[in-house]
Amino acid sequence: MAERARTISIWDPGIVGQAMLGSFRKLDPRIQVKNPVMFIVEVGSLLTTIIFIHDLAAGTGRPLFTGQVAVWLWFTVLFANFAEAMAEGRGKAQADTLRKTRTEAVAHRLTAGDRMDTVPAASLRKNDVVMVRAGEFIPADGEIIEGVASVDESAITGESAPVIRESGGDRSAVTGGTRVISDWIKMRVTSDPGHTFLDRMIALVEGAERQKTPNEIALNILLAVLTLIFLLVVVTLQPFAYYAGTEIPIPVLIALLVCLIPTTIGALISAIGIAGMDRLVQHNVLAMSGRAVEAAGDVNTLLLDKTGTITLGNRQATEFVPVAGVTEGELADAAQLASLADETPEGRSIVVLAKEKYLIRGRELADKEAAFVPFSAQTRMSGINLDGREIRKGAAESIGAYVRANGGVVSPELQTIVDRIARAGGTPLVVAERMRPLGVVHLKDIVKGGMRQRFVALRAMGIETIMITGDNPLTAASIAKEAGVDDFLAQATPEDKMALIRREQSEGKLVAMTGDGTNDAPALAQADVGVAMNTGTTAAKEAGNMVDLDSNPTKLIEIVEIGKQLLMTRGALTTFSISNDVAKYFAIIPAMFILAFPQLEALNVMRLATPESAILSAVIFNALIIVALIPLALRGIAYKPLGAAAILRRNLLIYGVGGVLLPFVGIKAIDVFLAAVGLA
Amino acid sequence: MGTEYVAVCFTILFTIATSLWLGRYMFKVFTGQRTLLDPVLFPIERLVLRVTGVNPNEQQDWKQYSVSLLVSNIAMWLATFAIVSIQKVLPLNPDGIANMEPTLSFNTISSFTTNTDLQHYSGETGLSYFSQMFAITFLQFVTAATGVAACIAIIRGLAGNRLTQLGNFYVDLTRATARVFLPLALLVGVILIWQGTPMTFEGAVKATTLEGRAQTIARGVVAPQVAIKQLGTNGGGYFGANSTHPYENPTPISNFAETWSIAIIPMAMVWTVGYMLGRRRLAVVIFVTMLAVYLPMVTFAVAQEAGGNPAIAAMGVDQSTGSMEGKEVRVGAGLSALWGVTTTVTSNGSVNATHDSFTPLGGLMLLTGMWLNNIFGGVGVGVINMLIYVIVAVFVTGMMIGRTPEFLGKKVEAKEMKLASLALLWHPLAILVGTAIACSVWATTADPGTALAWLENPGAHGFSEMLYQFTSSAANNGSGFEGLSTNTPFWNMSTGLVMLLSRYIPIIAPLALAGALAAKPASPETAGSLRADSATFGFTLWAVIIILGLLMFMPVAVLGPIAEHLTLR
Repeated sequence: MAERARTISIWDPGIVGQAMLGSFRKLDPRIQVKNPVMFIVEVGSLLTTIIFIHDLAAGTGRPLFTGQVAVWLWFTVLFANFAEAMAEGRGKAQADTLRKTRTEAVAHRLTAGDRMDTVPAASLRKNDVVMVRAGEFIPADGEIIEGVASVDESAITGESAPVIRESGGDRSAVTGGTRVISDWIKMRVTSDPGHTFLDRMIALVEGAERQKTPNEIALNILLAVLTLIFLLVVVTLQPFAYYAGTEIPIPVLIALLVCLIPTTIGALISAIGIAGMDRLVQHNVLAMSGRAVEAAGDVNTLLLDKTGTITLGNRQATEFVPVAGVTEGELADAAQLASLADETPEGRSIVVLAKEKYLIRGRELADKEAAFVPFSAQTRMSGINLDGREIRKGAAESIGAYVRANGGVVSPELQTIVDRIARAGGTPLVVAERMRPLGVVHLKDIVKGGMRQRFVALRAMGIETIMITGDNPLTAASIAKEAGVDDFLAQATPEDKMALIRREQSEGKLVAMTGDGTNDAPALAQADVGVAMNTGTTAAKEAGNMVDLDSNPTKLIEIVEIGKQLLMTRGALTTFSISNDVAKYFAIIPAMFILAFPQLEALNVMRLATPESAILSAVIFNALIIVALIPLALRGIAYKPLGAAAILRRNLLIYGVGGVLLPFVGIKAIDVFLAAVGLA
Repeated sequence: MGTEYVAVCFTILFTIATSLWLGRYMFKVFTGQRTLLDPVLFPIERLVLRVTGVNPNEQQDWKQYSVSLLVSNIAMWLATFAIVSIQKVLPLNPDGIANMEPTLSFNTISSFTTNTDLQHYSGETGLSYFSQMFAITFLQFVTAATGVAACIAIIRGLAGNRLTQLGNFYVDLTRATARVFLPLALLVGVILIWQGTPMTFEGAVKATTLEGRAQTIARGVVAPQVAIKQLGTNGGGYFGANSTHPYENPTPISNFAETWSIAIIPMAMVWTVGYMLGRRRLAVVIFVTMLAVYLPMVTFAVAQEAGGNPAIAAMGVDQSTGSMEGKEVRVGAGLSALWGVTTTVTSNGSVNATHDSFTPLGGLMLLTGMWLNNIFGGVGVGVINMLIYVIVAVFVTGMMIGRTPEFLGKKVEAKEMKLASLALLWHPLAILVGTAIACSVWATTADPGTALAWLENPGAHGFSEMLYQFTSSAANNGSGFEGLSTNTPFWNMSTGLVMLLSRYIPIIAPLALAGALAAKPASPETAGSLRADSATFGFTLWAVIIILGLLMFMPVAVLGPIAEHLTLR
């Protein structure tokens, strides 16, 4: 399953153009009022403009100065709108691509007269009858009405060995998202899928139905209270000025207010939220809500299914263990022959191992009398008949039965080898030729490359990983040790999984998991972050709060990182925004009161040219910094998997200390420019 | 000068050292553990609870706790208001002091009920001995205990895991009074009596001076009130001149004992919190953060006052002993500055020098102490105020590490931010709006000279005086800048209201906050969670305090003390 990283350039001309239009459309006060910080700026811009027009008409005041302040205040609002429109535009672009490339599982529906139609799995209705053949995914939850097949249910149970499903009895239920490995079945669909499900999620991505997340609401409260405090600070300045025998022009007060209230974060806050959802979409993950994305950042425990997440989905041959009297080469040769036509990953891995280890090359069999015996649910063996030889491979019991049927005996030695491999966490595959057992192929779960390092990184971030598997505890322990997970749950039933989640949550931890089977649904719903695989059943998708279109469970780790990055970006820009104010005070306060108290020139530490240029420079800096930070808001701040203390130190230094210092430089530079150009 | 610096350092170090012991003692008191003083003090506590009919095992949630706190405070307000309003006919009035005027009574009783102790009257002429004892001293004990009780309840909430009960207000109140304030006040009172502070029911002395003039020397039940005024961060003196008066603060030893008393409980509260939360490291981080604001302020103020006043030096007056205008010679410039900063950061408000006469930048430190109001702060309430800043710091830094902000494992969400915001917003609102109204009233009165003779010094200094009055009221500090005629209906009513609201909003909102946090499950700390007990967080908290303080109050600081300072040169 290839990861389709669909990144869109930050300055994509189409999106930028749309966003520019959008920034004007968003000037509508009914939209602005949702963001108290920017609403105040808009009101301020309007007031300043009215004063400017009045001054111009009446020939009073300083229209050049007031006019410039008004222009830059409007720009502040427009820039904020632009940031939001950009994020929305990118979200829309993502959603459009998503609609086009969305591939859904197909199903073969049987209609009257046994005609077979190929239809999207999502369009299946309850009581439809479908045919599923070897290699195909079961499109929905259902009941087998005809046939017997081996089904790979590893995606939902974690058990890598296929299970037999047949009509009648208690083994007739099949789960959507699992795969038929051999034979075929005819099944009746038992659940109605909510076919609008994905569309609903895509609508969320576009931002149209975006609701504020809990953390965003809390941050908005902090921003609102800071805005109120600064409103108080600024409004009370006028009576103080009266007392001091002076009067401050209204545009100057508005300029100070806009500079002080947290416009930087206020302007970018919704863009950051939308962009967070967007980054998930770039990873082909759809989140049901922003709340889920935030929760992902808070996760303490990851429940990872062994199969497909920690290990490569299928077992691979790692060793040939012959019985006495057989050489390894002979065994490898026989095993390869028996696997030549076996297209399962296990079969292929045997061919490859024999080739690599014993230089036994795949042979040209066309000229020989070769008959392949495919795996069937009845015999539970596969193999080859070649030049009178009859080679079979399969589970110890099936091969034992086969050998005995041919008049042979199964030696205790073979049983010892089988037990040893099983104890080590492997799967023994016995190879025999008629009555003579040759040896055992050691099939093993292979831990995916790089997983160990990722678990180390997760631990550094304070996240515990628990491996979930249907394997026995011995096998589970050995794989857990190899992969480096913190803990494992062996022979896991859905109830066990649920109990584990509840236990973790009762300790105050947040739990994330992936799942795709209907029996995962309760756990997915219970987990704080439940990522359903797109190949999974609808029940699973409805229960979780995210869907991974690639059905790649490893992605849970990226999802956590994206959640963290979203919160970090918000926090960093809030810190930056507040830190900026210190320099603005040093620019504006002396400028305001210089007439009443000439000695305040001593506070003009930046040596700004004139009171007008000081105020203008602060306002311009305040507006331009929004534009400068749009890429950061959309991309998110750099994320490194470090411990909390290290991340905090790093971000405090960049956005806190940097936030205090940068505006001193920026305002001074703008002031020098304004003075040179003669605008103030 | 050298010995003065040594005295300043020794006082601070001695207070810090003893605060460690007291912090542990208070922890034991409030968690019901055995202490050395139990045999004497426990019977008092039991008696009070039995008489008042409080069931010590009855637990209260934050709402019940708040209601009990408010109801008891309203009852005390009404009772003491009645006392001062009819004191003329009550016993223990040897000097025949008249009833208090209603707006002044409103101001005075609101002031003492809110642990502020702003005084628009002079004790020697305004209150009878009965009022001093049963209104003033009584309130000074019980309001201090109220603050401690609220703080303890809030800490229980923070420590709780899915908890709704925060304790019993009446039990906490009684414990704080009987087991913390009573023994300490006894100790300090005895030291003061030994140093010469009066303790008598006899009326004023009519004396004849050496020049043969008649002089009335007021006295009374001074020692106990001075002791509790300092220990309970009350600050309201027996005499109008407070601890500049030789009877309230006769000697360097009494000065040392009183300076210690001002800071000891606010400092010890931080350790108590650490013990109660089971997080001593957190207490160290908060204590050091507070010191990192307090010590630079003390150093700066001492340097300013000891450095003298350039304007007076220009008149040819020797400034080698520091800026001595408005200071007591037996105390000196350095120890006056130490007291001044300590009494303002802790919301105490007693004075041993005239704050109006501090150098402008020395005075700025006094204002700053009250603006922040969380550096050790008032008994109990200082820690509560700091908690609000901690919540803000946690919120911002928590996001920066990529998690929903958590404090002690509990998520800080919209509800908590709302309550913290309320407490955060109220303080600047009261100060700035109050001062703005005063400025407008003053500036719009046609002839301020006759209509409103509040200000003896207009200009930047006059601004500072009005600013100081509202700051002191909002911080529940109670010190006056003086130089401002405050016993007028405008100042009595406005500052009275500010004191009341500034007392209860910043107590009830955090109680609600603690109630909300208590109900939440505490998530375990991992490498990924923000550690509030780390140096990095201490630095963040320090920066949040400085930056928020600067942003809220820099304009008024510039218009008042800084503008005045710049004219001096």
